[in-house]
Amino acid sequence: MQTELNNRLEGQSFYNVAGFGALISLLGLGAALYMEHNGHHVTGMNNQVFWGLPHVFAIFLIVAASGVLNVASIGTVFGKKVYKPRGPLSGLLAITMLAAGLFVIMLDLGRADRLVIAMTHVNWTSVFGWNMVLYPVFFGLVGLYIWMLMERKMYAYSKTVGVAAFIWRLVMTTGTGSIFGFVVARQAYHSAVIAPMFIIMSFAWGLAVFLIVQRMMFGWNNLELNEQIRRRMNNLLGTFIAAVLYFVVVYHLTNIYYAKQLEFEQFILLNGGVFPKLFWGGFVVLGTILPLLLLYVPSFQRIQGSGIIASVLTIIGGLCFLYVFIIGGQAYPLDMFPGMEVKSSFFDGHIDNYVPSMPEILLSIGGFGVALTITVIAVRVLPFLPQDDIAKLQASGALHD
Amino acid sequence: MNQPQDKSRRSFVGTAAIAGAGLGTLALAPGLQLIQVSEANTPTAGASSKVRWGMLIDTTKCASGCDACVKACATENGINETVKDPRQGSQWIRKIDLKNPKTGQEHSLPMLCQHCANPPCVDVCPTGASMKRADGIVLVDRHICIGCRYCMLACPYKARSLVHMPLTEQNPEVPRGQGCVESCTFCVQRVDKGLKPACIEACPEGAMLFGDLNDPNSAIAQRVAKEKTTQVRGDLQLNLGVRYQGI
Amino acid sequence: MKRMLVGLAAILLLAPVCASAGAPKPTVRIENPGQCIAPVAEMRVNHMEMLKHTRDRTMRQGIRGEKASLNECINCHASKATGTVLGKDGFCQECHTYAAVKLDCWDCHQPKAGKLNVGHAEAAGAKP
Repeated sequence: MQTELNNRLEGQSFYNVAGFGALISLLGLGAALYMEHNGHHVTGMNNQVFWGLPHVFAIFLIVAASGVLNVASIGTVFGKKVYKPRGPLSGLLAITMLAAGLFVIMLDLGRADRLVIAMTHVNWTSVFGWNMVLYPVFFGLVGLYIWMLMERKMYAYSKTVGVAAFIWRLVMTTGTGSIFGFVVARQAYHSAVIAPMFIIMSFAWGLAVFLIVQRMMFGWNNLELNEQIRRRMNNLLGTFIAAVLYFVVVYHLTNIYYAKQLEFEQFILLNGGVFPKLFWGGFVVLGTILPLLLLYVPSFQRIQGSGIIASVLTIIGGLCFLYVFIIGGQAYPLDMFPGMEVKSSFFDGHIDNYVPSMPEILLSIGGFGVALTITVIAVRVLPFLPQDDIAKLQASGALHD
Repeated sequence: MNQPQDKSRRSFVGTAAIAGAGLGTLALAPGLQLIQVSEANTPTAGASSKVRWGMLIDTTKCASGCDACVKACATENGINETVKDPRQGSQWIRKIDLKNPKTGQEHSLPMLCQHCANPPCVDVCPTGASMKRADGIVLVDRHICIGCRYCMLACPYKARSLVHMPLTEQNPEVPRGQGCVESCTFCVQRVDKGLKPACIEACPEGAMLFGDLNDPNSAIAQRVAKEKTTQVRGDLQLNLGVRYQGI
Repeated sequence: MKRMLVGLAAILLLAPVCASAGAPKPTVRIENPGQCIAPVAEMRVNHMEMLKHTRDRTMRQGIRGEKASLNECINCHASKATGTVLGKDGFCQECHTYAAVKLDCWDCHQPKAGKLNVGHAEAAGAKP
């Protein structure tokens, strides 16, 4: 029995939220124009730390975009009935977050006016070059997937496209991790474990975003998510968070084991100023331990909205991790002469003190604005709200999986 | 009016006419250099893979506190903009001062793009702007550089710089501009004319040598064959065009 | 519907007339009369292709001294008053402003004539 639900964000609230999102997006766009017109000297970036806050947010959005599609894949590819009605919303979020991430990263280019050149001149040995194919096809596949999920006549084909989208995004996120993993020059990168680490992070961050959006949509419609479904999805988030911790531990342990990487690891984990603070405080405590407590310990589970708090903390932890990973990896100087103290006019041997500037902050947040605006408009127009047929699920035993 | 009858007079008049036309062109177009007029008629053959340009730097001769090579590079390549934050300034070559913390021994050396035979910057560039010419010189094709800075992440030598501001006083032979990434070009505009890079010529200690590594008769090839040289971060096996001694 | 189409057709047909009625024609000043590397008509149509192919041959293959050399264009065509091909009465600027085609070259290339560093080897500190 399907109940007709009003899943539209009605009236003034729609215009408020969409307007807010549009305002944030426009501020981001304005900041990008300012940077493009004046050159990057108006930012806090320099020739040592040249991938700054915009890259942190953009990579978070791109990785989470791939991961949020996981929700749909669990339904389509792995056949879990509880996740099937969540497929279209998951696909929509995948598209909007990827668009948002690309918005931020492409506007931060030194020559953003050359995007057409980037798409027509492709160097196939470069992961960025692969992305010129990986991202557009992802948009196409997910768009097709959403259509097939929502169009009754095409539903039969949705599994094929769903499997294709599942495989495609594994390739895409492996690529994103390999952007760093293939870099031999830097102590923070050149590790094979970075690609699977990014895959697992995409699962965690994507699910966290999904849970928050799902909660918001149910709230707009004065609906309550079924308790068993909620607990099941929360458990899944907890599993992913634990898996992320595992990969991060392996990554750091491996680095520490190499004697020549020890100083770099000490910088990141112990004495590097903002980086250890963000790693331990942001990623480990806020982003891993607290969410795990909220999701698994009964006395914490009883807190109102514990799952959503855990999701928000996971996102914060993810951003902190990426900040340490991307910016810490650049702030620590290249080790060209092992064992030697190095000094130069180009700041060799010097730990950079990167401070994000206002244009960068506005552009980074503008990305979230773009995702919010497109999502809100799409959700207003089409029926993305997951509609659970609880009776049917209970009858088939799916709720007790 | 005159009708030359024999071939030798005809050819002489022909040559004189061409010379006259050439001088006339010069008169009509002041500012054109003679060397450019003659070059304009015969394009060069371009870079050849038979040649591999390389540099040998003897750091035992490199004087600490001397930065003649850096200044020469900046003059030659038009790196003359004023930057508010020095961390945002471009440096194609810089002097690095090394100190061994255990023994206290100090020395200095110039660091520049190493013009690797297997350049990581070329591998990672999404558009192919970062390129290696046939003769081994690694360049940035600024026509297609989108300023993504991935090459800056990939370079083990911090050789690449992003231009952070609009430029107006470029050297016409060295185009460089805002938003594109750049690095040492081995003064390709000089090398293509048979000259040496500006840093080589400026070094007062004669610590730097430039030449064709593939030519067994060149000074650099002979020294590299006889003397011990090292490559910075040789563990990466990038097969560098710049070799060092004394480190 | 029919009225809309008729109206649209009218706008499209009249647009070029209206548009060109307003914009001031470019002032093309030839500072150094003589022969360009090709006839004017051919230059107007093809100069971008010529420059593009030359730039790829010079940049990627290292071929120097081609006919369509940007520096040589500048040295000949730069305004005697301002010394550059941009700005008021700038040879490149005038037509490109009229045609509303953005000039991307000058972010990197030097538009001022006569700035060639001849003899710069000495200025750079080279010993004779």
